[in-house]
Amino acid sequence: MMHLLAMDWGFVVEKMILIISIVSISLVIAMYETYAERKVAAIIQDRRGPNRAGPFGLFQPLADGLKLFMKEEIIPNTSNKMLFVLGPCLAMLTAMMTSAVIPWGDRIHFTLFGQDRYVSLQIADINIGILYIFGVVSMGVYGIMIGGWASNNKFSLLAAMRGASQVISYELPMGLSLIALLMMTGSLKMSVIMGQQLDGWYNVLYQPLGFFIFLVCAFAECNRTPFDLPEAENELNFGYHQEYSSMKLGFYLFAEYINMFISSAVMVTLFWGGYDIPFVNDTELVKNIGYNWMALLQGGTMFIKVALFIFLFMWVRWTIPRFRYDQLMNLGWKGLIPLALLNMVITAAVVLWLKK
Amino acid sequence: MVERKPMTWVERLYMWNIMKGMWITFRHIFKKKATISYPEQKRPFSPVFRGLQILNRDEEGRENCTACGLCAVACPAEAITMEGAERKKGEEHLYREEKYAAKYEINMLRCIFCGLCEEACPKDAIYLSETFAPSNYQRKGFIYGKDDLLIPHPKTNPVEYKKALGNRANKPQHEQQ
Ligand code: SF4
Ligand code: SF4
Repeated sequence: MMHLLAMDWGFVVEKMILIISIVSISLVIAMYETYAERKVAAIIQDRRGPNRAGPFGLFQPLADGLKLFMKEEIIPNTSNKMLFVLGPCLAMLTAMMTSAVIPWGDRIHFTLFGQDRYVSLQIADINIGILYIFGVVSMGVYGIMIGGWASNNKFSLLAAMRGASQVISYELPMGLSLIALLMMTGSLKMSVIMGQQLDGWYNVLYQPLGFFIFLVCAFAECNRTPFDLPEAENELNFGYHQEYSSMKLGFYLFAEYINMFISSAVMVTLFWGGYDIPFVNDTELVKNIGYNWMALLQGGTMFIKVALFIFLFMWVRWTIPRFRYDQLMNLGWKGLIPLALLNMVITAAVVLWLKK
Repeated sequence: MVERKPMTWVERLYMWNIMKGMWITFRHIFKKKATISYPEQKRPFSPVFRGLQILNRDEEGRENCTACGLCAVACPAEAITMEGAERKKGEEHLYREEKYAAKYEINMLRCIFCGLCEEACPKDAIYLSETFAPSNYQRKGFIYGKDDLLIPHPKTNPVEYKKALGNRANKPQHEQQ
């Protein structure tokens, strides 16, 4: 009992608030990603995009969400009901979980009951941060697998199988490209990797090839065009979510957008200096304006960087046609893995040579 | 015959061509939008555009139609129905001829907007306007009666009359016949 009382309840409350705000921010961002996607698609195709609901069509995501909620909920008779419901839940859950280890800013500072408190803007700074991300991301494919399998429909099943093999194939080069990065940083902890880039020398400058491989694999992991084979509309009738309707379909679509957001955030943190403000000496600046303003600026910088990546995702989607399945596998196994291995060997040699 | 050359080394790398593609799509961001924001902004029609029919009046506002039925005969879709009636004393300001159409209906779901009725009419009583895309909740709403078809009165409602006349107002009189 005494033990419980002695616990730092303030810590728990702070973390709760942080978790809730990051989850809701991710959701809002995912919502507006759908809007941005349609706008980007339209602009690239010389159209205007949604512009009727509210000013500039800004309420369009709300209207879409409402529509999805109001739709009739259909669960196929021959499906496995429990797994059918579990699929989208799992997809959504794993999409949300990754955000826990990403540092969104340095820290904020306030005084409570005469006590100075510093709150780090990272939910959990665990020392296996990257492994955690990999673990959760590879769980994400279960959402697709279970959904596609439980639908009891051959197209969904085919799509699920495609999805599974695609994600597994692309996790390998992704991991290999990260190993090269980890050899340089010497830590799996997100905050350490992040902190090493605060001087403005971002990891992408040392690891351009590694970043490139990671980027391609991130596209594949998020099932985005050109690697959106699990939901290939014209071959597989919308793939694994063919049988889904109403908000369960919404969850799948939403999970894709959250995944996009999170993987952009991961790329920014690992390779592009995370919340570091470029061309500014952060440690000097923080002395002048204090922690809270700094956190705001850093968070803003982070989001701008992430937004640029999200734009890249969309830009690529509306440019490149989908790969054929054998091309996808060829690229993964014969292209990216040897390249990643090469990158790893070169990095290892350079690291060794510098140490000597 | 399509000759398939083996891909060159650069082509096989994908990246160069993908970058070229991305550059093309990027340039499109700054291009002029092709969209016309429809209800606010309308596309200009060609002078021979054929929209919904209008029953014409002469300058004094009398109905031109004499219920001769030529339009109904000409109509390939059999969309026109009418009933004639004799003009009574004191109705001279309403109808130009001695016989007039008491009922005149066009079924817009049948009409194919070919314009043959306009060509058949000896009295310049019907023509195809620039109004289009009628909408309704029920089928019977698409059967347009005289209330829907008649042009606004040129004396009492000159603005609407001009609007309904559309491009025809600018055409010289002899071309209208
Ligand atoms: S436009 Fe053609 S189809 Fe329509 S009412 Fe006239 S003649 Fe008939
Ligand atoms: S519209 Fe013309 S063709 Fe048709 S009945 Fe009237 S006068 Fe005759």
